[in-house]
Amino acid sequence: MDPLDRIDRQLLQRLQDGIAVEQRPFRAIARDLGVSEEIVIARIQRLLDNGTLTRFGPLFNADKMGGAFCLCAMAVPAARFEAVAGMVNGFPEVAHNYERAHRLNMWFVLACEEPDRIETAVVEIEAATGLAVLRFPKEAEFFVGLRVPTHASSPDTAEARQAEGREAFI
Amino acid sequence: MTRLDPADRALVAALQDGLPLDADPWPVVAERAGLPVETVMARLTAMQETGIIRRIAALPNHYRLSLNANGMTVWDVDDDTVDALGEKIGALEFVSHCYRRPRRLPDWRYNLFAMVHGIDRAEVEAKAAEIARLLGLASRAGDILYSVRILKKTGLRIAA
Repeated sequence: MDPLDRIDRQLLQRLQDGIAVEQRPFRAIARDLGVSEEIVIARIQRLLDNGTLTRFGPLFNADKMGGAFCLCAMAVPAARFEAVAGMVNGFPEVAHNYERAHRLNMWFVLACEEPDRIETAVVEIEAATGLAVLRFPKEAEFFVGLRVPTHASSPDTAEARQAEGREAFI
Repeated sequence: MTRLDPADRALVAALQDGLPLDADPWPVVAERAGLPVETVMARLTAMQETGIIRRIAALPNHYRLSLNANGMTVWDVDDDTVDALGEKIGALEFVSHCYRRPRRLPDWRYNLFAMVHGIDRAEVEAKAAEIARLLGLASRAGDILYSVRILKKTGLRIAA
């Protein structure tokens, strides 16, 4: 990956705060960074292409849309890991999937519009992979809303919590 | 998806792969969603107000930035005290989220999950030790599951 220059870093910071729903939304960012709107857009595209950004767009709060969610885990044999990841990721209901260092090495979140679909998706994934899927629906949530960064050296900490945390781990 | 009407659904579907990178993206969204641009802008504003959209922003891949260690800490906590202790753990400023989930014996004994992010594993371990201290004897065992790799990250998909 190309190293990030000063403008990239300023842009990342600005883009995490979000853009307004207004005409020419990149114009204000361009002005603040002292570059053209075209450069802002081209740099966002580059940060997406090189994997620095996972996504740029509306961050939806799935809870508020009324869907159903379930954290699931599987113990996948190492030799089959990539093939099984492909099968699991092929299900549109799989919103996030993480490889974790544990005997249960694949952890994914099913996000479905209809609650009944969670169960049938699990059955289909088990049938496709031949592996057991353990279900970990949330039974209680413990959360205090206001967060501050842990330390100055990682200004993206709070953002990462909000952005990844609340969505990736429903 | 009870809380979205057809126009909202069309908008979510049009935007779930991201915002078009155009100097004026809203007409492009309008075209994709089959809605007038005024409706697109009004509804996106309304969805931000109701919290369906948190914000229109960039999601950094923090594996590529400095936040390299992501540890799912898991604990086997007394059923009688898990909720009270969960509130305490969830209130720790370094815990991004904390849930009680079912045990799956014999495969899985842990019923409290707390996600911790850090610059490296040593930092995650120090934070896990702090959680362990707070849980005290109520926790019989704990573990940290580090994420090795993101295999997929798309968020909720809805049909157009």
